[in-house]
Amino acid sequence: MMERLTIAERQQAMLLSGGLALVGLALAIVGRGDAMGVHGWITMIFAGGLFFVVGNALYAPAPTDDRATSYYDDPTKVGILISLFWAVIAMGMGVWVAAQLAWPDLRFDAPWSSFGRIRPVHTSGVIFGFGGNALIATSYHVMQRTSRARLAGHVSPWFVLLGFNLFCIIAASGYLMGITQSKEYAEPEWYADIWLVVVWVVYFVLYMRTLARRNEPHIYVANWYYMAFILVVAVLHIVNNLAVPASFSAAKSYSAFSGVQDAMTQWWYGHNAVAFFLTAGFLGMLYYFLPKRAERPIYSYRLSILSFWGIVFFYIWAGSHHLHYTAVPQWVQTLGMTFSVMLLVPSWASAGNALMTLNGAWGKVRDDATLRFMMVAAVFYGLSTFEGSFMAIRAVNSLSHYTDWTVGHVHAGAMGWVALITFGSIYALVPILWRRESMYSWKLVEWHFWLALGGTVIYVFAMWNSGIIQGLMWRTYTESGTLAYSFTDSLVAMHPYYVARTIGGAFFLTGAIIGAFNVIMTIRKVHEQTPELDYPTKSEAGEPAVPAAE
Amino acid sequence: MLRKILKPFSKFFEFHARSHYRAERHSMALTIGIIAASAVGGFVEIAPLFSIDETVEAAPDMRVYTPLEQAGRDIYIREGCYACHSQMIRSLRDEVDRYGPYSLAVESQYDHPMLWGSKRTGPDLARVGEKFSDEWQVQHLVDPRSLVPESVMPQYAFLLDTPLETASLPGRLAALRTVGVPYSDEQIENAAEDARGQAYPDSDQAYAVEERYGEATNIRFFDGRRDRLTEMDALVAYLQIMGGLTDLPQETQFAEGE
Repeated sequence: MMERLTIAERQQAMLLSGGLALVGLALAIVGRGDAMGVHGWITMIFAGGLFFVVGNALYAPAPTDDRATSYYDDPTKVGILISLFWAVIAMGMGVWVAAQLAWPDLRFDAPWSSFGRIRPVHTSGVIFGFGGNALIATSYHVMQRTSRARLAGHVSPWFVLLGFNLFCIIAASGYLMGITQSKEYAEPEWYADIWLVVVWVVYFVLYMRTLARRNEPHIYVANWYYMAFILVVAVLHIVNNLAVPASFSAAKSYSAFSGVQDAMTQWWYGHNAVAFFLTAGFLGMLYYFLPKRAERPIYSYRLSILSFWGIVFFYIWAGSHHLHYTAVPQWVQTLGMTFSVMLLVPSWASAGNALMTLNGAWGKVRDDATLRFMMVAAVFYGLSTFEGSFMAIRAVNSLSHYTDWTVGHVHAGAMGWVALITFGSIYALVPILWRRESMYSWKLVEWHFWLALGGTVIYVFAMWNSGIIQGLMWRTYTESGTLAYSFTDSLVAMHPYYVARTIGGAFFLTGAIIGAFNVIMTIRKVHEQTPELDYPTKSEAGEPAVPAAE
Repeated sequence: MLRKILKPFSKFFEFHARSHYRAERHSMALTIGIIAASAVGGFVEIAPLFSIDETVEAAPDMRVYTPLEQAGRDIYIREGCYACHSQMIRSLRDEVDRYGPYSLAVESQYDHPMLWGSKRTGPDLARVGEKFSDEWQVQHLVDPRSLVPESVMPQYAFLLDTPLETASLPGRLAALRTVGVPYSDEQIENAAEDARGQAYPDSDQAYAVEERYGEATNIRFFDGRRDRLTEMDALVAYLQIMGGLTDLPQETQFAEGE
């Protein structure tokens, strides 16, 4: 991979990784005696390792051909593989935490293995490790293809990808050591947060510079979504993580906000992490890979404009629906509920646009599991956005909040929508990236598809049942006007569903492992085949960057 | 039918699509548009919460966490207790019957961050303070299933053997003061000793805690052991003060009820 970097670029990479290793060393020395010191060592080993990898090949032959005539796919390839690695780890953690709720003693009697510490490893691992890496990798692919231009820079894509993974490693290892801000989906402490801001700024600059090189007058819709993902996540991340460290030599910090304001800020962040990380970015994937794979143009250009701006504008308001009947002022709750319901319009516009795109290609959906992944993802996107709007209604929320129904809803979105569109995109992408004829085994793709779908359905049905039973038991009164069930009664009633949920998760995990195996075998065993026209071209007569609408 | 409903808007759609067709050639136009469109909602919902006085009730008797309680709160965060226990009683009849008066905004005024939670795998803890004895809490943390056989809570026996680190407490209180908790210089300076004192009744340090944090402060051997200060002391001290920072909810809601 080093042969595609010039000597100057290798030196730049060594400078960056060497500098980062020194930062790690400083962190290790300043933070000795605290878990922050451990993170210093991790940073140093991570960056030092990179320093030596690049340094080893410093004087290897430099590229001789004109690099602008091809796309730069190395970071994409590595990103896809890292994403699959995180998928297996994080989903494995998910199965384990789920099992702990059914069989609480299923842990080594150690502090690090309690539910409270490994649950964020599962959530962050899936959202950031699996989802985040897939987003970065596919965005590199999509921005180049839809712009007909090579990535702007050869070091910065690596900086973003590897820097982001350093953040993920610090996050996950921190939770096991008990380092957490307790803000859901924003648990990492202040120094990790600052690092992520640096990475994110470089990411945005890279995106804008690549778009500036484009040989297409228009910016394709997938890019709008990736841009919204990058921009809004930056704003959310910075505001929600404002905090004052108790000491600059230790990890602990205290949020700048408290009580009501903190709750509102946290759920403004939390819900929009769903909106802009888990929706906007993945819609970017959907808008590129689904029409590509189906070889059909996007059904409606206008619908994509409408749904894009609708999602960007409406979603931001919806966060307060996590706070119904709490101490947050009523007017904020009402706003959150109203906008959550309105959000259904752009959400269904997107899902509908995707499904209508498949009109005329349903035969392919039947035969091609890769396209079926994407189709089912769009269906789950439609279902879970409907469910979300429904659960945001105050009266429904009074039953569903605090129960497993919420957990089921999140997983309908995360497994059914986010993970399925990602796996579909990966299966579409891997043969193109590695210049292979096809995937190693289409049968394994089928197996993965049915395991993933089965697992999701089992999981979601188990959580619907347990959530609604739980909610009803909590509010049931006897005829004499006292509460009918103790909390423990409701917990006992959950047991069978917790077992079912673990099984559903295990199905899904098995699918992911099969997927990772299939990808590795594709790289190792399948014959090479160079696709036609997968290089930057100015020619309008050539293959259009994306199937054009109308 | 859809066409008919949308017909009055067709001019707008037409205009929107056409102007968008031009705008989407400029990455900065998209950037500015995204930031502007996404800024409105957050601004309208969050900014007023800082400026509208009625958002947080006035509670003259509201007190701050003692250093030991704050240390316990930090352990509660470290162990991820918030993943299964909420601290927010909603204004619904069954919740008030089950857990007590619904939570008021002022009760988490000094909570940086708040720990309202989003899931109840275990019960709400907003008013768990003094519902159970210290011994019960310690035993329950050491081995939950010895008291509640059906429980799925993890054991936290190691807290009983882990000495509480107190050296960083002055820095922690100082950081909390920076973000708005009214600790005095004296409270910050003596934070480490006060943590010790609160878990050692009838000592000079204990009297000093009483002086600095008020007579109502719980001063007990929380973990039942006199020889040393453990993380268990801190966590139990925190659990026992939950819902006890102010009496306002009880006062106002019982008055409503009558």
